[in-house]
Amino acid sequence: MLILNCPYCGVDAEESELAAGGEAHLKRYGPGSSDDEFHDYMFMRENPKGVHFERWRHANGCGKWFHAARCTQTLEVFGTYSAQTTEPPQEIKDAITAKRPGWSWREYK
Amino acid sequence: MKHYSAFAVAREALRYHTGWERAWRSPEPKKRYDAIIVGAGGHGLATAYYLGKNYGIQNVAVIEKGWLGGGNTGRNTTIIRSNYLQDPSAAIYEKARGLYEDLSQDLNYNIMFSPRGVIMLAQTQHEIRGYQRTAHANALQGVQTEWIGPERVKELVPIINLDGPRYPVLGGLWQERGGTARHDAVAWGYARACSAMGMDIIQQCEVTGVRQENGRVVGVDTTKGAIDCDKLGIVVAGHSGQLSEMAGFRLPLEAVALQALVSEPIKPCMDVVVMANTVHGYMSQSDKGEMVIGGGTDGFNNFTQRGSFHHIEETVRALVETFPMISRLKMLRQWGGIVDMTGDRSPILSKTPLQGCFINGGWGTGGFKAIPGSGWGMAQLMATGHSPLTEAFSLDRFKEGRFIDESVAAGVAH
Repeated sequence: MLILNCPYCGVDAEESELAAGGEAHLKRYGPGSSDDEFHDYMFMRENPKGVHFERWRHANGCGKWFHAARCTQTLEVFGTYSAQTTEPPQEIKDAITAKRPGWSWREYK
Repeated sequence: MKHYSAFAVAREALRYHTGWERAWRSPEPKKRYDAIIVGAGGHGLATAYYLGKNYGIQNVAVIEKGWLGGGNTGRNTTIIRSNYLQDPSAAIYEKARGLYEDLSQDLNYNIMFSPRGVIMLAQTQHEIRGYQRTAHANALQGVQTEWIGPERVKELVPIINLDGPRYPVLGGLWQERGGTARHDAVAWGYARACSAMGMDIIQQCEVTGVRQENGRVVGVDTTKGAIDCDKLGIVVAGHSGQLSEMAGFRLPLEAVALQALVSEPIKPCMDVVVMANTVHGYMSQSDKGEMVIGGGTDGFNNFTQRGSFHHIEETVRALVETFPMISRLKMLRQWGGIVDMTGDRSPILSKTPLQGCFINGGWGTGGFKAIPGSGWGMAQLMATGHSPLTEAFSLDRFKEGRFIDESVAAGVAH
């Protein structure tokens, strides 16, 4: 079972306490954006086989949204962090680089 | 290919079964093919089969990373139905269901199609309205379904509990000619027929790159060397995103795990397929007597072919209320498959930005039932550049807002 540490309340939450919220760090597009931008924002998820940044909600707990870095190929969790950020913090990137040398995902090299 | 028949069985019985030949060849890849299909699952093999049968394109290779039919074709719960709300879905699933009817004869391979009937239970007022609407839509589409009340449900499924406290059974959408088939046999039957046409099925061969010149596909790199082709069909379900990346474009897909499980075999107790979409559970009894149970997806990206235990718990908990007798059953096996989900929960059968390269994927949680229709349409698309069956499922529908919104129609994963 997937266990994620909630960075807000500090609980190691089991999967049944959590609700998955899809890919994290999406750039949102509003009125005036082009069709291509809307298309990519709405439908083009990263869907990597490997390192993935995603949103989770501690639904049956403190109720807060947070972010997790996880491997979709091994289900390994690299770490969780606050949702109040536009990109993964350096210690998460370092933790991933330590286990997946040379990984890259979008601009987070 | 030696013809399978009652006479062949008798003949082989008399000579100690020494005359059976391998159902398909396992050749080394040639230098060049007219068409290469990546993925030897049901959809890939069906595409190859109808390319040969309907369009005479027989210089074809089907390349498979693992073993034939080892992905979602061998992992689904074998349900066949076509009671969809939207016209393009009803058309392709009904085409598939129709082809399943005499597929055993067509392939000379017993796929054990069993049109035992499929009920989709209505367990909320919302579902009653939804399924009545689907029944009316199906009447217009020429798909034979009907709305039935709870008494008729009980007649068809004596083991069902109609007045469960949380999920009472209020009726159902009944498709009499829906049912099940032996999923492995569908892959094996198509593979045997493809091999008999001279097509090469190359297993244990992973595609590592897609080669292109001037915006046109010219071949693939594989673990068994480079192979040239005029046309390329990508039919790889969960790994569609990885293959499309090799070909230089992206797909609006996410891969998630879908699980199923089977019980110990018991005496015949349920001779129809029952789906309960409100609670994300469906059940049928296999010919061996096992209760085959499927549930919902895990809801997060996953490539591991294993799912979360608590989803199984939720599915079984709900089914036990609807079928109290299964509470004493032991479950024998549980497994997962990686399904590729699109935003509108409908598949993608389409040309791609790379000329000569076609994609058939995004079947999500409901691909098995569509195999013959999907192969039929995909073969037409690859051979002629256009197919009325696949037209609505093109890649550009997301940009143009022409969704085939079956996530609303079915209310759940289907």
